[in-house]
Amino acid sequence: MAALSSSASIVVTVNGTTYERDVAARKLLIHFLRDDLDLTGSHIGCDTGNCGACSVIVNGTLVKSCMMLAVQCDGATIETVEGLSENGELTVLQQAFSEHHALQCGYCTPGMLMSATALLRENPSPSEDEIRKGLQGNICRCTGYWNIVEAVKAAAR
Amino acid sequence: MTTIAPEKVAAPQKGWAGRSIPRKEDKRLVQGEGVFVDDVKRHGMGYLHFVRSPYAHAHITSVDVSKAEEIGGVYGTLTGEEVAALTDPFFQISSAPGASIKDYSLAVGKVRYVGEPVVAVVAETRELARDASELVEVEYEPLPAVTDARRAQDEGAPVLHEDAGGNLMWTGVYEWGDVDQAFAEADKVVSISELHFHRFNSTPLELDGAVVEYNRGVNQWTIHCNNQFPGFAAIMMGPAMRCGLDKLRFVTQDIGGGFGNKITSHPQLVVCCLLARKLNRPINWTEWRTDFHLSMSHGNERFFQDTEVAVTDDGTLLGFRTKALDDAGAWLRYEPLGGVIWAQVVPGMYRWQHVRLEFTQVATNKAPVSPNRGYSRMQHLWFTERVIDIVAHELGLDPVEVRKRNYIRAEEMPYTTPNGCVYDSGDYARMLDLALDLVGYESIGARRLDAEARGKLLGVGIGSTLDSGTNNFGQSRLINPELQFSGNNEVATVKLDIFGEIVVTLGTTPQGQGHETTAAQVVADILKCSVDDVHVRAGHDDYWNSHAGFSGTYASQFAVTGLTAVKGATEMLAAEILKLGSVILGGVPEDALELADGTVRIKDNPEAALPFMACGAIINANNAGLPEDLGVTLNCRYVYRPPFEVPDVERKYGNLTLTYAAQVHVAVIEIDPETGRYEVVDYAAVDDCGNRINPQIVEGQVMGATAQAIGAAMHEVYEYDEEGNLLTPNFYDYHVPHALDMPPLKTGAIESPSPFTELGTKGMGEGGGAGIHAICAAVQDALRGHGDAIVWDSHNPYHRVWEMLQDPAQSRSRVRVS
Repeated sequence: MAALSSSASIVVTVNGTTYERDVAARKLLIHFLRDDLDLTGSHIGCDTGNCGACSVIVNGTLVKSCMMLAVQCDGATIETVEGLSENGELTVLQQAFSEHHALQCGYCTPGMLMSATALLRENPSPSEDEIRKGLQGNICRCTGYWNIVEAVKAAAR
Repeated sequence: MTTIAPEKVAAPQKGWAGRSIPRKEDKRLVQGEGVFVDDVKRHGMGYLHFVRSPYAHAHITSVDVSKAEEIGGVYGTLTGEEVAALTDPFFQISSAPGASIKDYSLAVGKVRYVGEPVVAVVAETRELARDASELVEVEYEPLPAVTDARRAQDEGAPVLHEDAGGNLMWTGVYEWGDVDQAFAEADKVVSISELHFHRFNSTPLELDGAVVEYNRGVNQWTIHCNNQFPGFAAIMMGPAMRCGLDKLRFVTQDIGGGFGNKITSHPQLVVCCLLARKLNRPINWTEWRTDFHLSMSHGNERFFQDTEVAVTDDGTLLGFRTKALDDAGAWLRYEPLGGVIWAQVVPGMYRWQHVRLEFTQVATNKAPVSPNRGYSRMQHLWFTERVIDIVAHELGLDPVEVRKRNYIRAEEMPYTTPNGCVYDSGDYARMLDLALDLVGYESIGARRLDAEARGKLLGVGIGSTLDSGTNNFGQSRLINPELQFSGNNEVATVKLDIFGEIVVTLGTTPQGQGHETTAAQVVADILKCSVDDVHVRAGHDDYWNSHAGFSGTYASQFAVTGLTAVKGATEMLAAEILKLGSVILGGVPEDALELADGTVRIKDNPEAALPFMACGAIINANNAGLPEDLGVTLNCRYVYRPPFEVPDVERKYGNLTLTYAAQVHVAVIEIDPETGRYEVVDYAAVDDCGNRINPQIVEGQVMGATAQAIGAAMHEVYEYDEEGNLLTPNFYDYHVPHALDMPPLKTGAIESPSPFTELGTKGMGEGGGAGIHAICAAVQDALRGHGDAIVWDSHNPYHRVWEMLQDPAQSRSRVRVS
């Protein structure tokens, strides 16, 4: 139980806001975001790094935030789903998700949006196959992915 | 992806219903602003973690929580012994012998499956609760386990529930028509020794959970949760907890998928309630993925044994007899309702008249089963579809022709099945034609040759299924005549608030089905306003008083029960607005008034209009001088009750569901005979759910059901070893389809309005598992001429296909024609 008392002070910038917090060394980034910063948009769907519901962008790289410790993020710049829209204006991708009915329950959606955002930054005009590869780390149990792929295609144009 | 528009639309599109408007839910969900259960936080909340059984079957000889409770930050624990003292066993749906089992919310005295909750630990953080659970010392005395339903009734088999006197939970014989005569008249009898429908579920991405608060002063619990059938949870929990149902306030908002799997979380919710009271603090329980796989709501595993099918030489199906052996797992959490739910679709889509089915359900040392998308009908429809394809292949007939010959015909609708169910409408043959066209069936011969030239085996398979919706809960009496359930109901309220806001509350617990949107479409059409003017509250709250005994979101019914309740309440409100308008506008007769543009106004005189805002203000805040007998509240509650009779328990006869949506799927696959690996290369899904309020939402449900069926057919299985260890307890071992796994999809739809529902709608969403049948049939088709193996299992991973290619005789020995 000694490990429980190990903690560290970290400074992170999330969606443009800087936070300084003491965190337990064992705390996962996803739990830090959700429980400590109350950024509950990123979700948890598994405990093995398979589902991608917790996907966020750390220093420009897409990561599954259940596969990273909060203390590893000291000094990092983090983007989560809450930071995508500005002043309530949806991004083209968010808009496309709604127009193409790319979400049903909406639980995987934040992770899907972050994966697709990272994909489109790297490859603004992906082929369908590249879109599917870009989303293969994210599980959706409602849509069968077809409409998600259509939405990303539409946003890529 | 290709979408084919409906060929037949009931009426010209006017108004909001029938349009694919974007969903009202989406704006919050794409911004991460949904509120799912684990997003709910309370001051001083403790996190609950379950200590679970490592054994499939064992006596609990001692439980010691002292070391866990000594840790700073651990708030407390709950043991089975405490549960047995504080609660009564859950009410059992079953008649004897299953009625005798004693089911508590934690294991008492004995564990019966790996992963069964034994002790609950609550601590300041999730991590601490998990660590402290490791310090709970439970001593077990292991017992032999039974994991194969076929061995559960053997002499000397380990017995899970001594109170029931054995592992038999429920059995009943269903027989309609004249089965012996049908076999006497048959030219051929096709016998199939055993078929197997495997164990899997829909694995909603959000896991089960709750945040439970206890109000000590009024002895009431507020249960923020993602349970999808609070009405059922309440009737299970109240008697067990020795409290009235008003003491249990269920609240949901956004739910991250349910698919039936979130109906039976009542045992865990009881544990949360007991701990919230014991520790005097809010309790957060959030399940882990492995917990879910080990313990929650597996779909019913079912064997079909000693099947015989009576057929004439021209391929007319006369009848069948079979024995269905259902594996309930360790507890009857919703079971044995699966023992009757299948009877909603006894003949599938076919005209056979003579059916005998002996249904037996047994307990095994595996996770309890509960509803899963397509619940119990899917298993039976898979069976009927397997029968069709096996009969066709064994008799050298074309599976397309056999289907068309035996499908119930459009002109026979409404059609009464041999057991008294009434199929409301549909045109199955036309759906099949449409689906075949979508995959280019005419040129399939050439594609077969092309595949062969590439060393591949091409197969085409059809799955034609029904999605029966809006249950008559009277069917539960076929399981247990003592039960006092029948009919169905759903509630909505619609009000005009003080500033003219139109506010709608539902009794349902949507999990992505877009209820806020479709409800608004129905309301806007009646009140002649925009959907943007209609505010539909998200989720469910018992404090809204917009629920009844069967409220929830399950069993393909919202488009009937929920929307008819919305329609009823809105029509009441519209009538009240007209009545008020008549008074305020100076006694103009109501029939001279109309609703338009957010006002009530005199027809042909739009100047003489009273805005809804004025109506709301007058009734709510400026009502002096109104006639005493006005009878207008502008707050209307409507309870929809579908027209049902109690079924005839003796004959097991009656209408068990109100609507019958239909699906015809066609899969084209290519198998690599060297490895058994196969790929779905073309796929069509044609759906008919009557009038569609929002076609895009309907299509989304069709797609989702298709994806789940493909996953189940090819990848997903809850497989146990002989000692009862689950071999697929996480998403590494339990592979759900990813974006790269999905085939090209073509969807199509026809609309056969239901004559039995006010909106012409039919419940839909479960999808009947048509994709599972289509893929099984396609595998069998591809293997024709290559050993002629018979597909006998609903789950066909690559290695099984390879085995069928290597040793076709093994599967062929299951089938005989006489």
